[in-house]
Amino acid sequence: MPEAVSAPLLDVRALTAFYGDFQALLGVSVAVARGQVVAIIGANGAGKSTLLRSIAGLMPGRRDAIVFDGEPIGHLPAHRVVARGIALVPEGRRLFPSLSVEENLLIGGQLRRPGPWTLKRVYALFPALAERRRLPSSALSGGQQQMAALGRALMSNPRLLMCDEISLGLAPIVIRDIYARLPSIAAEGISLVIVEQDIAQALAAADQVYCLQEGRVAFAGAAREATREAVAAAYFGV
Amino acid sequence: MEWTNTILQGVLTGGLYAMFAAGLSLIFGVMRLVNIAHGDFIVLAAYLALVVTETLGIDPLVSLVIVVPLMAAIGYALQRGLLNHTLGDDLLPPLLVTFGLSVIIQNGLLELFTADSRRLQAGAIEVASWQLAPGLSIGVLPFLQFAAAVAVIGGLQALFYRTALGRAFRATSDDPAVAQLMGLDNAHVFALAMALSLAVVAIAGVLLAVRANFDPAIGPARLIFGFEAVIIGGLGNLWGTLAGGIVLGVAQAIGAKLDPGWQLLAGHLAFLIVLGVRPEGLFPRIRG
Repeated sequence: MPEAVSAPLLDVRALTAFYGDFQALLGVSVAVARGQVVAIIGANGAGKSTLLRSIAGLMPGRRDAIVFDGEPIGHLPAHRVVARGIALVPEGRRLFPSLSVEENLLIGGQLRRPGPWTLKRVYALFPALAERRRLPSSALSGGQQQMAALGRALMSNPRLLMCDEISLGLAPIVIRDIYARLPSIAAEGISLVIVEQDIAQALAAADQVYCLQEGRVAFAGAAREATREAVAAAYFGV
Repeated sequence: MEWTNTILQGVLTGGLYAMFAAGLSLIFGVMRLVNIAHGDFIVLAAYLALVVTETLGIDPLVSLVIVVPLMAAIGYALQRGLLNHTLGDDLLPPLLVTFGLSVIIQNGLLELFTADSRRLQAGAIEVASWQLAPGLSIGVLPFLQFAAAVAVIGGLQALFYRTALGRAFRATSDDPAVAQLMGLDNAHVFALAMALSLAVVAIAGVLLAVRANFDPAIGPARLIFGFEAVIIGGLGNLWGTLAGGIVLGVAQAIGAKLDPGWQLLAGHLAFLIVLGVRPEGLFPRIRG
């Protein structure tokens, strides 16, 4: 079916989201093609995290507002969305503190979705985790925790991996180290959505970029064609 | 020797209290739910065992084969159908709903079985005992009860720290939202925890009912013993809960020895002393 191949893996159509009376997303449309890296940028409170949380099923909404691989999933709760192959690395890492590093990874893989990612592969990607597998996850450094959170998400063998602010609170050298591993993740055919505060980092890593502003898409385009001026205008709304 | 005997009996009773407590602390640990009806479920299990033994004519200990799965099924259905809807940021709704359940169970049992005291008949094993030394003997039944408590707590410990289900319980307890991102359905995990809790309650209820008389109104006191054992032992530590049950059992035995009227008072005093001196319990959970 040629149509299915050209259709995007993830198609978000005029998505809305609310926190009580406050509307955080006012009709956001985003498309992610197979194998593509998409960056979502925007100021604090623009709705970036809300967008990822909605896609992941933490804020279920209208059925066909989110279409994944041709199937509407907008109404599904999170535990059924991850079973379809969408994994989220949440903001702030959120490892399980009473589980060891290895248990955190194992629980990420507890659905046993088939795919290339196993404990062995994750340890090969992040050797620092292999040495610390028996430690409680709270004993890791910030960078190692981020690696564990990434590994935990990969263990579900996702087709789409979403990373919320993976550079937050980490030293520049650690951020470079983590970003350097992303191509080997994408090489497995996984599509990536990254939410980033660091615009230069995001543009360098991404094929496509969306800039959110107050719950709307203010700019969308190819990352290499996005000029500083266009991004700044969309970012600040000037 | 007389005192050794008293303390030994207290230790053995403590096992039963630890079993009351284990189910209670399991539920609180996984979903922050305080089950006020816990004691009444113990009594419900005792009555279920009574009906099973009388209709099938089987031994009370054999009736566990039916009562344990039955109580687990009740727990699962209760959690999915009712208690999951009360969970949230507020601790009060589940407290009120389980309080209501407590009233319903007590009055339901009163209606069906009257207020008469009942007891499960286990036959010769009830009076059988082993002599350890001259003047010091332990009953086979109390010993079985204690052994069951150790086995239940050891089993729960292994389940929590060695199995995928235990991992799911701990992850959901840590962060229910992120647990969902791992593909865990909170509603199902909570219901499994309640099923497990009521399975433990079933064992405790049957063992209670072969050793002592029961009637529909004794639930709340069992709840208090369970609470006290959990607090004495330290929240979130299963072996601590066993120690808490033993402390409570020994305190009650010593109180009863001094004056038969002091049995319950001595237990409560031991609880208050621990609460005053070590509010986090004797063996609090070690946080990583």
